Amino acid sequence: MPQATLTGQGRAAAGLALEIDPDDIVAVPLRHPWRWILAVFLLIGFVSLGISLWQNENINHPTITEFIFNPRILSGVLLTIMLTVVAMLVSSVLGVLLAVMRLSNNPVMNTLAWLYVWAFRGTPLLIQIVFWGYLGLLYSQISMGIPFTDFTIFSIDTNTLIPALTAGLLALTLNQAAYSAEIVRSGMLSVDEGQYEAAYSVGMSPVFTLFKVVLPQAMRVIIPPMGNETISMLKNTSLLSVIAVLELYTVATQISSQNLRQVELLLVVSCWYLFLTSVLSIPQYYLERFYGRGKARSLPPTPFERLSAVLRRTPINTHRTDSQDVS
Amino acid sequence: MTGATPGTSNATSRATTATPATGLDVRGVTVEPLLNAVKVRKSYGGTPVLKGISLAVNPGQVTCLLGPSGSGKSTFLRCINHLERIDGGRISVGGELVGYAQRKDRIFEMNPREVARQRRGIGMVFQRFNLFPHMTALENITAAPIGVRRISKQKAKDRGLELLDRVGLASLAQSYPAQLSGGQQQRVAIARALAMDPQLLLFDEPTSALDPELVGDVLDVMRTLAADGMTMVVVTHEIGFARGAADVVVFMDGGVVVESGPPAAVLDDPQSPRTRAFLDSVM
Repeated sequence: MPQATLTGQGRAAAGLALEIDPDDIVAVPLRHPWRWILAVFLLIGFVSLGISLWQNENINHPTITEFIFNPRILSGVLLTIMLTVVAMLVSSVLGVLLAVMRLSNNPVMNTLAWLYVWAFRGTPLLIQIVFWGYLGLLYSQISMGIPFTDFTIFSIDTNTLIPALTAGLLALTLNQAAYSAEIVRSGMLSVDEGQYEAAYSVGMSPVFTLFKVVLPQAMRVIIPPMGNETISMLKNTSLLSVIAVLELYTVATQISSQNLRQVELLLVVSCWYLFLTSVLSIPQYYLERFYGRGKARSLPPTPFERLSAVLRRTPINTHRTDSQDVS
Repeated sequence: MTGATPGTSNATSRATTATPATGLDVRGVTVEPLLNAVKVRKSYGGTPVLKGISLAVNPGQVTCLLGPSGSGKSTFLRCINHLERIDGGRISVGGELVGYAQRKDRIFEMNPREVARQRRGIGMVFQRFNLFPHMTALENITAAPIGVRRISKQKAKDRGLELLDRVGLASLAQSYPAQLSGGQQQRVAIARALAMDPQLLLFDEPTSALDPELVGDVLDVMRTLAADGMTMVVVTHEIGFARGAADVVVFMDGGVVVESGPPAAVLDDPQSPRTRAFLDSVM
């Protein structure tokens, strides 16, 4: 609707003269003194906390600045990002597969998917990580051949096949797939039954309907919790320190065990995790907007739109239905 | 037969007959019914909904199903394209059994892909439109021709625009369903069904979810289709449409066909007291 009514601010912004109607209400805005008082109290609190941290003799500040861009720390950051990205991507594919299996009419697939989710969601992630790391204790050799015969195609030492990094990746991915499967399933259940009927009525097969009609609509519901899961995953990579994968937290503990600056390195690591999780929320906005197309009324504003709205001190308006661009 | 539907220009132009089951066309040649339903039965959890419905629709014929809610008309319509499976009887479209395959004297369930192939020839328009909300009007129309029939994108697009023009919405090709009024959405839905070139078009109360002033546009499109010779089965409460466009009106109640025949006979001179009571309440 290009002719959507402009608000007063919109008109002013468009440089049009405001017509003054004698019936217009020109009211004194309600004052909110308590907001200011609370804000001042909090500000005093945070400033004094900052000062106490700054003056704390137990914190060696140069250590923080020295290590924040340390090459070992940076390599840990890179590995953390790599682990998060790979584990999320692979687990999402697995999750969709499991969700489809769970919702299928095939009782074998259905039970298999249920068992998977039951097992991987029902045991702690930390234990799964240690389990994959110590797989060599359970099966020292992994071989492929014909069951119940002596014929083997190949046989390989478990610790060679699955080094710590692979074990960690495996643990994170398989565990996440169980959670993602439930998120995808809830998204698929949110799609109206009429959509399936309409797709079938034009001769689409169940598989085509799934990819062309159901999943694109389910994505709108799936993405917000998946953003959440991605942030969890980023932080959960630190658990891989128990099997000595050289990600951010492991590297930091190795350094602090040498220089005994535990608190400083924990602060370094926390800064990095905070930075990475903040960056992660940006792509989520754009994905939400992309899959929200056709429902433009509920599109969330992009971070830049939020920022500029704050700077211009205008309320964030819901988008007009004609703004389909994903910019 | 043409005398039975006065005031309709299309009735005279059609080579059809109102007689259910096999009939004669104007040249006196026997025509096979396009849709042939014989003693169709269906129940939901022990409650019978259809108790032996028989209906034959000849090519080019428009059949309107009337009846109170709960009479089974929508269920019967959904059985025709196998959105619901039937418990007894037979439904065949174009001489082919729907949803089942008969080899010798045994009936086999069809796999989903075979059912999908059959449904390509049977279009359906729903009460709640059921457009795909994440696709534009044009994409709604071209999705199945491109993805299912493997028609080239350009060809499908040209045909889609032509169909949109035919339902009077050429300018709204790039709009999403949420930006269209109910009447516009329903016309897009009709174009979507037409894009697969179906031999039979099913309408499930196509105007029941529309504001009164939007009903006319949709009915106009349906009248044009009828005049062009499309075979249609329409579940509706629009008595005026049934009177003007239908070749056969079927009145259903309690899962059975109470009365059927040319509109003038069923609507103006109903034989059954149940039909009369229903018509009195809606007209």
